[in-house]
Amino acid sequence: MRLTRRDFLKAVGGLGAAMLTSPFLSKVAQAIEQEKKNFPVIWIQGQTDAGCSESILNTVSPTVVDIVTDIISLRFHQTVMASSGHQCINVLHEALKSDEKFILVVEGAVPVKDDGLYCTIGEDEQGKPITFLKWVKDLGEKALYVVALGTCATWGGIPAAEPNPTDAKPVTAIIDPKKVVNLPGCPARPHHLVGLLAHLKLFGMPELDSKRRPMVFFSRLIHDNCEMRPFFEKGDFAKHFSEKKCMYLLGCKGPITYNDCPNYQWNSGVNWPIRGGSPCIGCASENFIGSKGNGVYMRLPEAKVPGIAGLKVKADKFGFAVGAATIGGIIAHAIGRAATAKKKSNEKKESQGE
Amino acid sequence: MGKKVVIDPITRIEGHYSVEIEIEGGKIKDAWTRGDMFRGWEIILEGRDPQDAINVTQRICGVCPVGHAMASAKALDSAFYVNPPDNGRIIRNLMAAGNLLHSHILHFYHLVALDFVDITAILDYKGNDATMNNIKEWVKKEVSTGRSTAAAPFLPRYKGDYIKDKELNLTAISHYVKAFEMARTAQEMIAIWGGKMPHVTGIVPGGVAETVTAEKIASYLYRLRRIKEFIDTCYLPDVIAVAKAYPAWFKIGGGYKNLLAYGIFELNNEGTETYHIPGAFINGKLNELNQKNIKEEVFYSKYSSPTGLHPFDGETTPDPKKPNAYSWVKAPRYDSQPMEVGPLARMVITHLSGKRPEVTKLVKDTLKALNADENILFSVLGRHACRALELKIVAEQAEQWVLQLQPDKPTNNPYEVPQSSEGYGLTEAQRGALGHWIKIKDHKIERYQCVVPSTWNCGPRDDKGRRGVIEEALIGTPIADPENPIEAVRVVRSFDPCLACAIHVIVPHSNEVKTFRVV
Repeated sequence: MRLTRRDFLKAVGGLGAAMLTSPFLSKVAQAIEQEKKNFPVIWIQGQTDAGCSESILNTVSPTVVDIVTDIISLRFHQTVMASSGHQCINVLHEALKSDEKFILVVEGAVPVKDDGLYCTIGEDEQGKPITFLKWVKDLGEKALYVVALGTCATWGGIPAAEPNPTDAKPVTAIIDPKKVVNLPGCPARPHHLVGLLAHLKLFGMPELDSKRRPMVFFSRLIHDNCEMRPFFEKGDFAKHFSEKKCMYLLGCKGPITYNDCPNYQWNSGVNWPIRGGSPCIGCASENFIGSKGNGVYMRLPEAKVPGIAGLKVKADKFGFAVGAATIGGIIAHAIGRAATAKKKSNEKKESQGE
Repeated sequence: MGKKVVIDPITRIEGHYSVEIEIEGGKIKDAWTRGDMFRGWEIILEGRDPQDAINVTQRICGVCPVGHAMASAKALDSAFYVNPPDNGRIIRNLMAAGNLLHSHILHFYHLVALDFVDITAILDYKGNDATMNNIKEWVKKEVSTGRSTAAAPFLPRYKGDYIKDKELNLTAISHYVKAFEMARTAQEMIAIWGGKMPHVTGIVPGGVAETVTAEKIASYLYRLRRIKEFIDTCYLPDVIAVAKAYPAWFKIGGGYKNLLAYGIFELNNEGTETYHIPGAFINGKLNELNQKNIKEEVFYSKYSSPTGLHPFDGETTPDPKKPNAYSWVKAPRYDSQPMEVGPLARMVITHLSGKRPEVTKLVKDTLKALNADENILFSVLGRHACRALELKIVAEQAEQWVLQLQPDKPTNNPYEVPQSSEGYGLTEAQRGALGHWIKIKDHKIERYQCVVPSTWNCGPRDDKGRRGVIEEALIGTPIADPENPIEAVRVVRSFDPCLACAIHVIVPHSNEVKTFRVV
């Protein structure tokens, strides 16, 4: 029996209840096994720390071996492939010459300053290093789909953080965004990539939001499903790390970060940052680390909320990341509820849990 | 005569890195290593909230984020004048142990094994294991396609002297599969305390954010015991089996034999005593560690900033077109010496210190079983052996540490970000000595420098032209076939480099410099 798009979305839609990755991915995996041909995947790494690759290795069901033998044909991945040197670079050259369709996975940001000299992979016939920028352009043009894996590939991430020393760019700035799917997160999550590859293979492009993220994984804010939400509603906020309440005053970025951490947790469900006693640091958000002023533990600024009367407003520095109304609404809501929240007292001290 | 062979990149390591080698008489005569990627972390950190450093520096490396979080947290602890409470110290140790378990297992099975193990032996598999049979059928089907990338990513590969013993190959392949589960389990052990992994959110100045419960202790402990069993029944026996199949590799890849370790696994909250002993082993003599002796030289590195600076004063101004420079890696020196860091350094220094009898016993018993002295540790196989021995020791210690945790006691101490201050944090990442240095001004980071393990091991020549550590270790390595320089990559991978490599093989200074490509 072939898994239909409807079945798939149904399985994915039930994620709110599912704590672990296994149930729905197993179902997808079964369906995929029936599709005999493994989809060729070329996975290249630029300004990355390989954290996304490490993260994907944590996949439970399907396992890494299942993925490699049943779902995709992993032609190129520097961290796992047996071959080295020109033997492995030839895989890329052949992919460029061949008519075979493939999915390109790009992990890491793309430095473009000085013609991309800040990251090179392999050499050309003259012994000149080939820039990562060129690989992304050439392979990206040829690829059927491109997966921008992780926050660096999606937004530029920390390499592109102010002052962006190497002029690092996201994948969508280098190649036609229409074939790109963004999977932000630092790191990207195993079920996001496996789920996306499965979808691309079985049904083609999934439904994306305006930032080209799959709706199934990124349609909700962390804040929407957070297990500490009841504390937020009561205005009961943690004042220091380890206090298992709403982390807003400690600089939680849950209100501006789209991801499914509250539903899935992390690492087979053993924990997730907010349950672990620390705020969400917004690792999947557009301005993660980003501009200098954007501190990890800095409280989200209060913002103007159009259409909501009677609320105190403050300058919104985060407006470019998500709609001002969204954050504004949330923050205003928090402030309104938080009888104990000292508005704009010593912000630094509060952010340190003092 | 006159061959230039280029291997670019070396795979199955982390990052972007390359090596250039001169061959004479079938052996490597000279070598140049270079890092091929620059991001500018230290520049990005300047002007930010010092507290951000723990989360930002973890993203230097997705394989050893806990190491960076630890170094950074310790640098902040010292700059903020705060120490963790018992629980905080122990949990940091438990996370570091988890990262060590994850990384060493991943390194041996998923990064190194394919240099020795013959994956095609799976075609002879006759057992009942479903996963093994699945792989067998897959390889069979793939090979029948005749595609150049058939059975990718396991093929193609260099031609070479792979293991011939069928049973040993099959055992190693089944452990390769099992090791994924073990590595994942180790990541879970870290996430239990750190919130998530890679990249924990739970290491904070003054301790950790997570609280202690009996459920968490048990959850960690039983995962640890599963991995411990794997170390004793799979990892150690496999390393020994590979060692017995390749005795010559105890004599290859020795290098400078200078070792540096900062120590890790704090035994007191001030961090003055660690389980692994710090020290500098130079010219056969063990010295006490003094971080003031560390300088970074950049004559051959792609930076226009001054050379010979201590990390407190370190500068990082990139210049990709700097003449003579061939690497993005700096050349750190200790007391002007190039130093090897990593499990070999940790085990030898801890053993020689005489302070940890169980380490000394394990090293001596192993050497006795191999009928050899300490000298064989300075080799490709010596590094793999030290990694395995270290894991056994650390797993045993962590089992004791986790039971020292006390539910309901605090896991972090309060702190304030001072107006101005400085501090440093020395620890060990999986791949060796890791240091972070911070200067704070106006509550912001004025200067931040990291000297990471792979800077020590993978750095280029220093200002005096002395080779880097891997460059030196490559010297004398036999290369049977320059078109398939598997020997060179075995040496490089024994260091578990944290960059992606390229190797250039040059036969020196002949009139004819013919270039051909390795395919």
